[in-house]
Amino acid sequence: MNLNAFWEYANPKKFIQTADRLLPWFAGLAAVTLVGGLIWGFFFTPADYRQGSTVKIIYLHVPSALMAINAWLMMLVTSLIWIVRRHHVSALAARAAAPVGMVMTLIALVTGAIWGQPMWGTWWAWDPRLTSFLILFLFYLGYIALWEAIENDDTAADLTSILCLVGSVFALLSRYAVNFWNQGLHQGASLSLDKEENVADVFWYPLLVCIAGFVFLFIALVLMRTRTEIRARRMRALLTRERMEA
Amino acid sequence: MRAGGGFGLGLSFFLIVVVLVPFGVGPQSALLTVIAPGILWLGALLACLLSLDRILALDWEDGSLDLLATSPLPMEGIVSVKALAHWVTTGLPLVAAAPVLGLLLNLSEPGYKWLIISLFLGTPALSVIGTFGAALTVGLKRGGLLLSLLVLPLYVPTLIFGAEVARRGAEGLDATTPLLMLAGITCGTIALLPFASAAVLRVNLR
Amino acid sequence: MMPDLGKYADAVLSSYAVSILMIVVVVLLSVRRSNRVKRELQELESKVKSNG
Repeated sequence: MNLNAFWEYANPKKFIQTADRLLPWFAGLAAVTLVGGLIWGFFFTPADYRQGSTVKIIYLHVPSALMAINAWLMMLVTSLIWIVRRHHVSALAARAAAPVGMVMTLIALVTGAIWGQPMWGTWWAWDPRLTSFLILFLFYLGYIALWEAIENDDTAADLTSILCLVGSVFALLSRYAVNFWNQGLHQGASLSLDKEENVADVFWYPLLVCIAGFVFLFIALVLMRTRTEIRARRMRALLTRERMEA
Repeated sequence: MRAGGGFGLGLSFFLIVVVLVPFGVGPQSALLTVIAPGILWLGALLACLLSLDRILALDWEDGSLDLLATSPLPMEGIVSVKALAHWVTTGLPLVAAAPVLGLLLNLSEPGYKWLIISLFLGTPALSVIGTFGAALTVGLKRGGLLLSLLVLPLYVPTLIFGAEVARRGAEGLDATTPLLMLAGITCGTIALLPFASAAVLRVNLR
Repeated sequence: MMPDLGKYADAVLSSYAVSILMIVVVVLLSVRRSNRVKRELQELESKVKSNG
């Protein structure tokens, strides 16, 4: 009984082999840069003259916010690859990345809210950036929920990839809408969460390391989770085959 | 194209939501005047949401959707007609009911015209977007909550601009910019989203 | 060694705590699921092999 006949493409098998090889490296890089960067930023940088020690939150808030967006972009690309080329690994990679992106969004939201509290006096402010991330969080939720709701793997991959496409357009639209919606309220309120603001070198380098840490963490997690999804899919295929032969 | 009980249900829900608001926020007229445009928009939006699964569910269950799929009509046309039917049977009645409910919320005098205009321009988008969501969840047994989770974030731009038009109109301010944005979104969704909805239905009908 | 966080100590410490916690949780859950699925697949494949 040739088990290899179960693999529809060599692709999934190659991916797992590649993931097995690369994962320890990315995990190690992630650990080193993340821990190193956070320690550097937390212990060895000064406080900001305006924001006090809350500036240290930047080392969590900015990288997580960046990854929240990049995770969705990666899902968009892999969804497109699935739609065009039908590589199962691509669809599964999108599925694997979504919860990680969602957690990144959550971290960005929580750190953003906590950072804003001493500055704005409220636990949550409907600041355009934070609001956009809140909407992004909802998009992640819906995407993950759709994957979970549909039994057939190929149908789920098709539907979620279309949702990802449509969602991306609406996420962009929402960004503009939200900016329009809140422009009047916080006119000029300095959102020092703004990463375009001139960040001094002493903050910038540890920030870079932390960003790298989050990137490596994301890659490591997606490698691992995609590998798991491939295996899970194969398990479902085997179980279905067994059931049919029984 | 069946509307079933969607027509009355949507209107009733709209009424109930609006009636509940003062119980929630207190009866002060001044406060109600301020929030009236937004509440009316929200109520209409939620009422639309309620009736979304009816767009496709009935035809899915009795197989007429399969029949339609084999007809010479393109799927994009079918979903567009479905969205149109939803708008005519659910959206339009809400637009008509809104000014009446505006009375309950002490909507300011110039606000009525702008409420109707914004809802008239915005509800088609809600129907088209809703049809997309309905197509995604058409095969699912208890898809209602998932449908809401998927559709509500997609409603945000329309809600923001629509409510902004209504609000600015009620305050006597110039509502041109949000009006143009609202119209743009509606036109864009009508033109483009049916392609996505059709693709989704084709997948589900496989 | 601990930097002087001043009056913002709560804010900074809680953001670090929450973020690190969430990262640890997602990593742990991913690793656990990976191990579980790998094991279950191996069991299933050996069972199928012995049956086929």
